[in-house]
Amino acid sequence: MRSKASGVARMERKWGIIFALPPILGLLIFTLYPVTASFFYSLTDWSIGSDWTMIGFDNYKTVFTDDPLFNKALYATTYYALGSVPIGLAVAFAVAMLLNQKVKGLSIFRTIFYLPTIVPSIANTILWLWIFNPDFGLLNSGLKAVGLPTSQWVYAEETAIPSLIMMSTWGVGNTILIFLAGLQGVPGHLYEAVEVDGGNRWHKFWNITIPCMTPTIFFNLIMALIGTFQAFNQAYVMTEGGPNNSTLFYVYYLYRKAFTESKIGYASALAWVLFLIIMLLTFIVFKTSNRWVHYEEGGGK
Amino acid sequence: MTIAGKNFAPLRALLYVLLIVGSIGMIFPFVWLIRSSLMENSQIFVFPPEWIPDPFKWSNYKEALTSVPFGRYFLNTLTIELFVISGVLITSVMAAYSFARLNWPGRNLVFALLLGSMMLPYAVTLIPNFMLWRSLGGINTFMPLTVPAWFGGGAFNIFLLRQFFMGIPKELDEAAYMDGAAPYRVLWTIIVPLAKPAMIVVAIFSFIDVWNDFLGPIIYLNSNEKFTLALGLATFKGLYNAQWGYLMAASATIVAPILVLFFFAQRQFIEGITLTGIKG
Repeated sequence: MRSKASGVARMERKWGIIFALPPILGLLIFTLYPVTASFFYSLTDWSIGSDWTMIGFDNYKTVFTDDPLFNKALYATTYYALGSVPIGLAVAFAVAMLLNQKVKGLSIFRTIFYLPTIVPSIANTILWLWIFNPDFGLLNSGLKAVGLPTSQWVYAEETAIPSLIMMSTWGVGNTILIFLAGLQGVPGHLYEAVEVDGGNRWHKFWNITIPCMTPTIFFNLIMALIGTFQAFNQAYVMTEGGPNNSTLFYVYYLYRKAFTESKIGYASALAWVLFLIIMLLTFIVFKTSNRWVHYEEGGGK
Repeated sequence: MTIAGKNFAPLRALLYVLLIVGSIGMIFPFVWLIRSSLMENSQIFVFPPEWIPDPFKWSNYKEALTSVPFGRYFLNTLTIELFVISGVLITSVMAAYSFARLNWPGRNLVFALLLGSMMLPYAVTLIPNFMLWRSLGGINTFMPLTVPAWFGGGAFNIFLLRQFFMGIPKELDEAAYMDGAAPYRVLWTIIVPLAKPAMIVVAIFSFIDVWNDFLGPIIYLNSNEKFTLALGLATFKGLYNAQWGYLMAASATIVAPILVLFFFAQRQFIEGITLTGIKG
């Protein structure tokens, strides 16, 4: 019996490692190697097609002291993130609350609200170019029809980022679904307890729903931060970073440096600065989380 | 928590109003897309807007789809789909089985690293991966877009399948081991048949990711006959900037297969995302 058990253990070890080999190799080749290489590149002045030398942290010095476009890119991206993350979370939370009610046709409503999320982003951006069109787009037509002033939307410096923030709330289907799953996990007996104490809907929402949902909010917040700081398609397809670099998203700027100007060293330094910014933000959110994220004993994620 | 109880009609009515108004907001652009794709350019911009195309300009589709080789783009996209989905399914099922049900030293560490890699900004790995494929002669081939799928199929898919596998009773494996079966037999004869619903979810996610991928193709593909649909549509947009009828027809053609797939598989879809709660 003993030898049989250890034989099983040996077999599990052998096949466990064989089956896990593809992701282990994948981690080494497509994650650990590139991360290391990227940092190494960032210490060089390498451009495709020419020799390179080690220049220490000069690229980083240039990024922070002598690159006005870096400032523009960081500003545009931060502005976009600060707008679209909280608004997107709030909209998704509200929609998830609505979709968590007992109503007729619930599965149809859930499907409809998820629909925009699966639209290919390139088709999505073309659709929104029309919605934002200053002359005949949906928004300005609607505003004109009710006699309100129109806007230049993505075609003007001041309104470009707010327009993209507005557009981003259309595609929050995944966030909605994760909130919905969280809402369904809130224990019903807690609401009953509030009822017994004579609490109303507002008490239930504020004292039960919100605290129980903080782990889910926390998760969605982190993922949204990482996602929005890497926005790219809107800048590439809709605005090309304009007008006047007002939508020069960070990854789009990095893409231009690397793949248009072939400045591999400098673009790698930009990538690492972005990496550090995202790590710092994630770290801050994690640090503050023990003050606002409530984990139920045994029930938390 | 229910916002509106059964006996409080005004709140219930408000709930329906919000849901219906929201739904209209979600669907309206699609309706507009279809409508415009069948109109003359002049009719698209009539104010106040008209809803029924007059005449129905089906030729928009013909013009849009033949003016650039969309057929070629479609075949390219399907080729990539085929290699990616098979790679993802085969390697992520094996890996998830290993992480969920086999004991080996270092397993938890590797799994933690894998999950951690999901938090890594893609911008950091983008350039070295490009240089890697460049030195391997992979530029303007489908290799950079397909080969990585054979290396585990992505942390998210492994996580999703692992969650599913952990719900299958371990006694099934032990009984099979007692009969002298090796783990690969257990995987093939016990786990895979039970895991079909989860595997379908993974296949659908992979399909959509490939269909919608944009950054990968613009970086790695540079000749027209290698383009995918998403990249082809972006090029088309550059060529026919003011031809909104054509542009909408081309967009509708690319959106349609995804919508059809979604309507047929929406239950698996929504269950799959809720199963893990982590698709970001």
